[in-house]
Amino acid sequence: MFSGFMMNTWIVASIVALVAGVVGFFTVLRGSAFVAHAVPQGAFAGAAAASLLGMNTLLGLGVFALAAGLGIGVLGRSGRHDVVTALALVVMLGLGALFLSRSVEYAPEIYSLLFGEVLGVSRSQVAPTSVLALVCIAGVLLVYRPLMTVSVVPEIAEARGLSVYRMEMLFLVLVALATSMTVPVVGALLMFSLMIGPAAAARSLTDRPLVAMTLSVVLALLTVWLAIAASYLSNWPVGFFVGALGALSYGMARGWLFLRKPLTRSGAITPGGALGT
Amino acid sequence: MGQMSTLVFAPGFFHSGAVGVAVAVGGAVAVVSACVGVFTVIRGQSFAGHALSDVATTGGSGAFVLGVSPLTGYVVLGLAAAAAMDLVGIQRARGRDVATGIVLGAGLGLSALFLYFDTTMRATTGATMTILFGSMFAISSSTIPLIAVLAAVALGVTALVYRPLMLSSLDQEIARAAGVPVRLVGVLYLLGLAIAVALSAVTIGAILSTALLVGPAATALRISRRPATALALASLIGVGSVWLGIVLAYDSFYWPPRGHGWPVSFFVVTLVFVFYLFTEARVLHRLARSRAALARLAARFAVHRQARIQAGG
Repeated sequence: MFSGFMMNTWIVASIVALVAGVVGFFTVLRGSAFVAHAVPQGAFAGAAAASLLGMNTLLGLGVFALAAGLGIGVLGRSGRHDVVTALALVVMLGLGALFLSRSVEYAPEIYSLLFGEVLGVSRSQVAPTSVLALVCIAGVLLVYRPLMTVSVVPEIAEARGLSVYRMEMLFLVLVALATSMTVPVVGALLMFSLMIGPAAAARSLTDRPLVAMTLSVVLALLTVWLAIAASYLSNWPVGFFVGALGALSYGMARGWLFLRKPLTRSGAITPGGALGT
Repeated sequence: MGQMSTLVFAPGFFHSGAVGVAVAVGGAVAVVSACVGVFTVIRGQSFAGHALSDVATTGGSGAFVLGVSPLTGYVVLGLAAAAAMDLVGIQRARGRDVATGIVLGAGLGLSALFLYFDTTMRATTGATMTILFGSMFAISSSTIPLIAVLAAVALGVTALVYRPLMLSSLDQEIARAAGVPVRLVGVLYLLGLAIAVALSAVTIGAILSTALLVGPAATALRISRRPATALALASLIGVGSVWLGIVLAYDSFYWPPRGHGWPVSFFVVTLVFVFYLFTEARVLHRLARSRAALARLAARFAVHRQARIQAGG
């Protein structure tokens, strides 16, 4: 399980989990789960386009992820956010359908772009993934405070002179970055599970932002490691285990909460308490 | 005249059985999606609508494994997902996003497993494509009665709770004060949504399902805030996009490169999006006008203040 070719898998998957945990924390905090789903899945169309034109998949993913993120941000100024996200997603997927109908790609190839090919990570993927992850984490650290304020109390942020719109765009770019590095590894659909499950579990357990973010990273790492081990042993797709473990960790967090303080459980995920530090 | 019509409709359009079925089923699905979608957009549940179609396709791949009819798989898992979303807490605005996300994540995981079984056990590699993108030209006419029944159920549920649903969608507090069982209405609506979405996912694919649910309804609601008008407009836009998309897809067979049609879902999605963008210009114009009015007001206020200060000094 830890032999030569599997080492790449362990390294890259751990990096992916780290980024998913950090970006996922903000995603859950901002209530942007739909965006976290739409950007990776829309970027999938970019991969299809790149393979049609014979270009690097990562480039196609990056361009489409950025276009999706910025498109949602721009259109979201005048329309409802969830509506705009849905429309951006279907437009991307419509383009994807067009590209796929033109190319002669095999169905398994599409399957691996959607559901990931974590056991087949090559040595050449380690370097670009690490660089993109560093950029992504550095970006989050750089804007940690303003992003936190804008996410939790937008009114106060606006009064302090922070542009909510600009922060929103920045967040979308971060999601796009995280997406383009992870889709070739864990697949478009599973990046989403990895961003939401652990972060939601962490957030329902604690109101303190830094603790929640750390917990979300730890849970994401555990999820990925367990999923890879289980997938290696059973030969079932890694995506199934990531999805199941994500839902399981959230269910367990809620269950623990339910047992611990049955009286105040309705107030367990109230807004407002999140600026506890 | 005859030449005009062959210019718009490629030869054989009106004699193809597959096109006839696509026009009928596509139109019906568009109307159901548009009507249910108006409530989806008002309630801010577009994500749930999209997630239900994704989870329903999981049922489709599961049906491949078990060997039952895909439509059964779609509807059963769609309903189960709707129930799960309600249990996790979709009724609270704050937890809605996460509730939908958790159910969707679990569903996608299952989907990966089912598709893996499909490809390894039954060697149906085409399943992934069919399930994701669907094909309007490949609807078998034997499923039409069942599709009609499901469409009627989805529309019936929505019509049955129309008034309390509209009230609780627009303002939950007022609805609760007026004695509307908000949670029950919400669950009923979610089940109707699940059926409508499963229906459209199985017939025209998961992409178009979301496009037809959200796009026409959002466009209509930006043109008119009156419920009845919005419902009619949304249906019109939905049916128009689908039918125009079918014509274009059929004609595209004769476009360069010849002999290879463009996917119908691409055309329909593009049309839906173009309709939405039309209203975008309108909304932006209105926003700019109100912003300009605000600026004028502020300027006038500043002038008044200046004058008062000077008079006082």
